Amino acid sequence: MSTRDLRNDRTILTGIVGDSLRPVTRNIPAEEPPELPPNSELRVIGKPVNRVDALAKVTGKARYTFDVQLPGMLYGRIVSSTVAHARIKSIDTAAAEAYPGVRAVHVLDRIMSIAQLRDPSAEANERYPLVRYNGQPIAAVAAVSMRAAKAAAKLVRVEYERLPHVTSLEAAMQKDAPVVFPGPTEQAATAGGGGAAPGLPQEGNLRGPARGGLGGGPRGDVQQGFAHADHIVMSEYRTQVQTHVPMETHGLVADWRDDELTLYASTQFTLSVRDEAAEIFELPKEQIRVISEFTGGGFGAKFGIGNYGALAIHLSRKAGAPVRVVLDRREEHVSVGNRPSSIQRVKLGAKRDGTLTALQVESFGTGGVAAGAGVGFAHTTMYPLANVLTEHYDVFTDAGPCAAFRAPGQVQGIFALEQALDELAHALDLDPLALREKIDTNDSDDARARRVERRIGAQHANWSQRRPPAADSGAIKRGLGMAQSHWAYIVHGTTSCEVRIRGDGSVIALTGAQDIGTGTRTIIAQTVAEELGLNAEDIDARIGDSRYPAGPASGGSRVTSSITPAARNAAHLAARDLAARIAPALDAKPEDLVFQDGRVFPRGRPERGMAFVEAVRKTNFEEIVQRADRREDYDGYRAKLGDLHISKQAIGGVQFAQIAVDTETGVVKVEKIVAVHDCGRPINPKLIESQIYGGVIQGVSYALYEERHLDPGTGVQLNANIDQYKIVGSRETPSIEVHVIEQLGRQSSTDARGVAEPANVATAAAIANAFYNATGKRIRTLPMTPANVLAALRADEDSEDSRGQS
Amino acid sequence: MSGVQWIDAKSVEEAVALLSAADSRGTTIAKAGGLDVLDLMKEGIVAPARIVNLQHIETLRGVRSTDGGLHLGALTTLAEIASNPSIGREYPALAAAAAHAATPQVRNAATIGGNLLQRPRCWYFRNELFHAARDATGREQSQYGAIFDNAQTTMVHASTPATALVAYGASVHVIGKAGKPRAIALSEFLLPPDFDRDRDTTLAGDEVLTHVSLPAVSAQTRAAYHKQTERDSYDWPICDVAVVLEMRDRSVEAATIVAGSVAPVPRRMTASEKLLPGRELDEALAAEAGRAATRGATPTEMNSYKVPILETVIRRTLLAAMA
Repeated sequence: MSTRDLRNDRTILTGIVGDSLRPVTRNIPAEEPPELPPNSELRVIGKPVNRVDALAKVTGKARYTFDVQLPGMLYGRIVSSTVAHARIKSIDTAAAEAYPGVRAVHVLDRIMSIAQLRDPSAEANERYPLVRYNGQPIAAVAAVSMRAAKAAAKLVRVEYERLPHVTSLEAAMQKDAPVVFPGPTEQAATAGGGGAAPGLPQEGNLRGPARGGLGGGPRGDVQQGFAHADHIVMSEYRTQVQTHVPMETHGLVADWRDDELTLYASTQFTLSVRDEAAEIFELPKEQIRVISEFTGGGFGAKFGIGNYGALAIHLSRKAGAPVRVVLDRREEHVSVGNRPSSIQRVKLGAKRDGTLTALQVESFGTGGVAAGAGVGFAHTTMYPLANVLTEHYDVFTDAGPCAAFRAPGQVQGIFALEQALDELAHALDLDPLALREKIDTNDSDDARARRVERRIGAQHANWSQRRPPAADSGAIKRGLGMAQSHWAYIVHGTTSCEVRIRGDGSVIALTGAQDIGTGTRTIIAQTVAEELGLNAEDIDARIGDSRYPAGPASGGSRVTSSITPAARNAAHLAARDLAARIAPALDAKPEDLVFQDGRVFPRGRPERGMAFVEAVRKTNFEEIVQRADRREDYDGYRAKLGDLHISKQAIGGVQFAQIAVDTETGVVKVEKIVAVHDCGRPINPKLIESQIYGGVIQGVSYALYEERHLDPGTGVQLNANIDQYKIVGSRETPSIEVHVIEQLGRQSSTDARGVAEPANVATAAAIANAFYNATGKRIRTLPMTPANVLAALRADEDSEDSRGQS
Repeated sequence: MSGVQWIDAKSVEEAVALLSAADSRGTTIAKAGGLDVLDLMKEGIVAPARIVNLQHIETLRGVRSTDGGLHLGALTTLAEIASNPSIGREYPALAAAAAHAATPQVRNAATIGGNLLQRPRCWYFRNELFHAARDATGREQSQYGAIFDNAQTTMVHASTPATALVAYGASVHVIGKAGKPRAIALSEFLLPPDFDRDRDTTLAGDEVLTHVSLPAVSAQTRAAYHKQTERDSYDWPICDVAVVLEMRDRSVEAATIVAGSVAPVPRRMTASEKLLPGRELDEALAAEAGRAATRGATPTEMNSYKVPILETVIRRTLLAAMA
């Protein structure tokens, strides 16, 4: 039995700091460092440390993939389809190849990131992949300048045999609708999630029903549950297609050499780029190096190499030179991902006291030519419900493929679920907060956190002063609403970090993980610094290189939960290594040495110590190198899907929205959001706040503005820019008040969990519930544009679209 | 895209000569701030062989009070109009319109001449595919299109300062090959947007817009402007409304009400205007004027929501002019 397998029982305080801490016994691997005290007793962890790369970012020194320039680099330009559905009869690249400055042209023989036919024989004789949406990549040109590449790309002649197409969800559901795929399809998940349950029936464009998912499938008997209900609310909710719009568009610079393929990638997961390239180009993984120093956002859409990346690699191989393919804004909107739409029919039954008896959801969503629409898993995991049935159908349309998008499905699902609960609360004459108090009782960390979060949020949002619906008599009506957030606590299975203490006293921490903007370098530096008694800026955190120890994917809110325990474990080993070497000089036992405030000293006797740098120099070594893994959660997991490990615990939050509705113009103004969240142990409050601001802003944007518009006649996205695709701007950004609680789950050596996704989940529902409080009318359709708002206000239905149980 | 020849014109005469010269290589296009020209080029809507830059022509600059009113050089930026104290005092509806156009960055570069000459923002117009395949379905404007006079096109003119300028009775002044300046009322100058024309005005291909003039206002003039958008930060309007009132004591003597983005060109809301003379403008009258404005609207299924919004904005802008 190796030391790795030794485990001890440790009794530790667990719970919410400042609320309740209770002892719990955990069986923990012996090598794990001792548990950390609450943040108030720590020096670096839990402090609002500035981003270690902030200066590089604001001065432009930070090199994004967009900025990569290599000697002899060529510029790639993609040729995309100009029709929505067609068989390609011929592609003539001769004129493009002859254009001055052109070095290579490549025609794609396979389209990735879309659903694949279960039985590919139906299209086995096709010369080229079928075109299934307007804007689908077909080929690409590499030339010495972008101008030449663009001009040459226009010379590629594609001859189409047009096929009938369908772009709207409702039209695609009709019996006689044009069929996007000739047979049943499958879509594997990516490292970023997404994908669709395998083996489901598919009829026409309708694939499903999917009844499972992360929540575990149907439970109990909903008919019986509804029979026992005193009240049932039933409503239909609709959400739109939203595109990701990261600041940096998708891009890849490929440098194909005989002995190595180097890929500079704007990515959320360096290893997904490596693995997909290895598979498609049949290369050993070791022969591929992926570098991602900075990524300008991704929100779920930047996994793998994508069609654009495959084209860059093909072109580089053909041209014998590095090739840069960076998408323009139109391509970004159209071809590399979106959040699918949804139509959700929600039926919710409850007893008079609010006890839920049954929940049934039938939902449809279109992710264009990709499967993987959905409404999340909160229905089965957030509240203890005995009877639940969710049935989801993917509806294929001739539109760009969906991709994972910040809490995939959950944002759509919570918009409906938390509004249905608000409807129920009003129907039962219960305060919406009191209803949550009654039903939010799972034996889970997120439920325990929300109990505290509701209290904090209610106080800061002035919930007790909340008025009855439609209290304002003028045209401008103000209201207050709340909604709850829920997301999985996820850990990335294969996560390692290496810490090096160099002979000059400098410290380096290495991991292959990338940073999509959340501050990966900084949290690693903080964690290592805490262990070595240094400051975050003393640690040189190097990330974004597949040659470094394997790091986590930046998706599923799992970077901090995965990398900080690995970093701490490695730093702990390095500290113990150094302690053993310096102990004789300090006339102390190694285990008694403490690293704190830049010094090493025997516990309780700081005057006997020396500076960290001095200790390193005195021991005279070249380099201490220690590497450690992120060990499994002490209590294990509920499920493991490859490297995606899902805890039995969860994360969440509660958001309160204060809004003003101009009932004459239909303009909704979100005035204030109070966002109260949990993320285990907060590693860096400033970065967490920043993430929550981002989540709320993106949530407001989704609730009020963002919507992809397709021309039904051609399948062209009409607003594929940032002029007409409307995103929240500075003047529409509400005042955002963030509160973060400190919850010590005692499942890892840092107790850290994620926050990115829950920050985005509840915002639209909170705004919708505030809309009801303001106007006495429900808005069940997103986005809340003046057109949709005025329609909702005009609706003369009973203000609660529900019926009592006879 | 092949190379583009760039010429800095030193005078209006030179610019006119360059624009009228036969050019076998392709079209010649004049630019002031260049914002719309660059957008159109990026979208593949225009592909000029030659760009005549007007920015160095000093005579096209300047804001001057004249005995007859106000002179705005064509190169005056929207930011200059928005911040000019005398415009703010005498033509507040114009100042507000300029201040609410686009973004601060755009206003710093965009000129009033270029603003009036910009092409429509119709989603279909802005996509080269709908220019290449003219039989392509669509071409109808979206939910932002015209609700009046929309039998031929639902595209709307994109200039919002134009709404205020029409309300003030502004004229544009152009010089062409003959060298003889020509003045045209702005309301006549603007034409319904059209895919098939190179511009949505009566400007000829060899003419340069030199300045805009506004008649004088009196001490009894009241005015207001409101641009109604979905977003505050930066947005094209659902509608915008400019109101110019001549008062006598507490009553309205004459009223001009112009609405933009509700018809292909800025539209005089004459049914509302007629209600006002001789009456005191209060809540009730403003509401009556708002209701009158939207009678006869012919919205599409997609943009009928604009009708009650226009009614509201007219009522509110009338009241704002009195405030």
